[in-house]
Amino acid sequence: MKKGSKLAAIVLAVAMAVSMGACSSAGTTAASSGASSAAASTTIDKIKADGYITMSTNAEFEPFEYKDGDKVTGIDVEIAQKVADKLGVQLKVNDIAFDTLITELNSGKSNFVAAGMSVTEDRQKNVDFSDTYFDASQAIIVTKDSPIKLPSDLNGKKVGVQQGTTGDTYCTNEDGKNDIKVSSVERYNKGVDAVADLMNGKIDAVVIDSFPATKFVEKNSDKLVKLNDALTVEKYAIAVKKGDKEMLDTINNVLSDMKSSGELDKIIEKYKAALGA
Amino acid sequence: MNMLMAALPLSYFSEFPQKFYDSFIEKSRYKNIVIGLGNTLLITFFAVLIGIVLGTLIALIKVSHQNNPKKLRILNAIASVYLAVIRGTPVVVQLLIMWFVVLQSANVDKVVAAILAFGINSGAYVAEVIRSGIQSVDKGQIEAGRSLGLNQRATMVKIVFPQALKNVLPAIGNEFIALLKETSVAGYIAIQDLTKGGDIIRSITYDPYTSLLTVAAIYLLIVLGLTTLLGKLERRLHQSDNR
Repeated sequence: MKKGSKLAAIVLAVAMAVSMGACSSAGTTAASSGASSAAASTTIDKIKADGYITMSTNAEFEPFEYKDGDKVTGIDVEIAQKVADKLGVQLKVNDIAFDTLITELNSGKSNFVAAGMSVTEDRQKNVDFSDTYFDASQAIIVTKDSPIKLPSDLNGKKVGVQQGTTGDTYCTNEDGKNDIKVSSVERYNKGVDAVADLMNGKIDAVVIDSFPATKFVEKNSDKLVKLNDALTVEKYAIAVKKGDKEMLDTINNVLSDMKSSGELDKIIEKYKAALGA
Repeated sequence: MNMLMAALPLSYFSEFPQKFYDSFIEKSRYKNIVIGLGNTLLITFFAVLIGIVLGTLIALIKVSHQNNPKKLRILNAIASVYLAVIRGTPVVVQLLIMWFVVLQSANVDKVVAAILAFGINSGAYVAEVIRSGIQSVDKGQIEAGRSLGLNQRATMVKIVFPQALKNVLPAIGNEFIALLKETSVAGYIAIQDLTKGGDIIRSITYDPYTSLLTVAAIYLLIVLGLTTLLGKLERRLHQSDNR
């Protein structure tokens, strides 16, 4: 009974906050909604008028995007640069937390997200994805003396992930459909913190994208190994705001040009080589 | 005007029941908030206890040393360093150091690390508050106590401390409310506290409004509750003032 009334109080508080917002903005409804629908149909025009296009990313994901000095660089940034070149505008890069990328895209603060983002059903409900440009996998990192040799060994283990990544989604296993059931998921803001806890023996394994996994293992090759079998395989794509067809077509054009000319492969190979992967 | 619309798009209100369902009901996602709230309260409660004990000790050391500079020289020096370091560095950094450096190879739970970090942090602020409270008690009170035949310790415990506590209660209350809110950085070491609980839902639904507003509302309710309780306690303690 008491619990129920507490919940009711919370619900009421939220409802009040929401309705207060409604009052203050109700007056402008007609005008703004008209303006925003007009803006939506001319995304590209607006970008050209502004002279720049904005991409959002999380620059902690070498080689797709990472900080080189004070600049963000990487495979995704090179693709984004081609998109900007095609439109004849400057490229602006927004570096934010991975789990806020889609939120920011949908709030209109950026034109697209290029962040080594895997296509998933949940994400597709919220954004439109371009053609895929890379096949990636979620790798498992363990310590050298670990009994974990196969993905199935993760059953009942304490696993670290980067919050909001597909590795997080898989291990969290919300609908209980995945075969592997870990005992607990530790959600880190940064992959490097998860790896630090792995080396200190606080967690049993880290599930993270294959590329950064290779890098982490390489930097600590005396302590860590990456399992040969990946946990999941997935495809990376660029995300645009739902219904922004113009932007999506532009990006798909750039991607198919880069694929057919072999430029995309060259870029990926270049960064792979730099990583030694 | 446009900024207002961007802040909370109108479509949100018509979709609210659906968003609410997606954020909390679907696949029992509200559990993220419940677990988070539990951890936040747990960390805050024990950190407050550590803060009170540590803070009182430090305050007593500093006051004794001030009254008689020959006493407790080494302890006073340690206390001064502690105050300077803890108050001079951000609590997030202290938390990260506690987990990744101090307890690097210790086999303890993250929550314990957080309780230690926040408790040690809080202790520094509580110490200064209590010290100011003790010093706010008129010197005549101590003299009166001593001349009545009480020793220094009894004077402190029976005469100075009760009056000091009454004076500093509002400031201590503020410190604990601040502590409760500061625990929201516990997510840095992957603890699922209330803020992180909301973040997890947000990272699944990509809907920033519902979970963030709910988390904010819960913090607000707790703080309002604490404020009311502290107000009552304060009034109770001040009853003896009305004569």
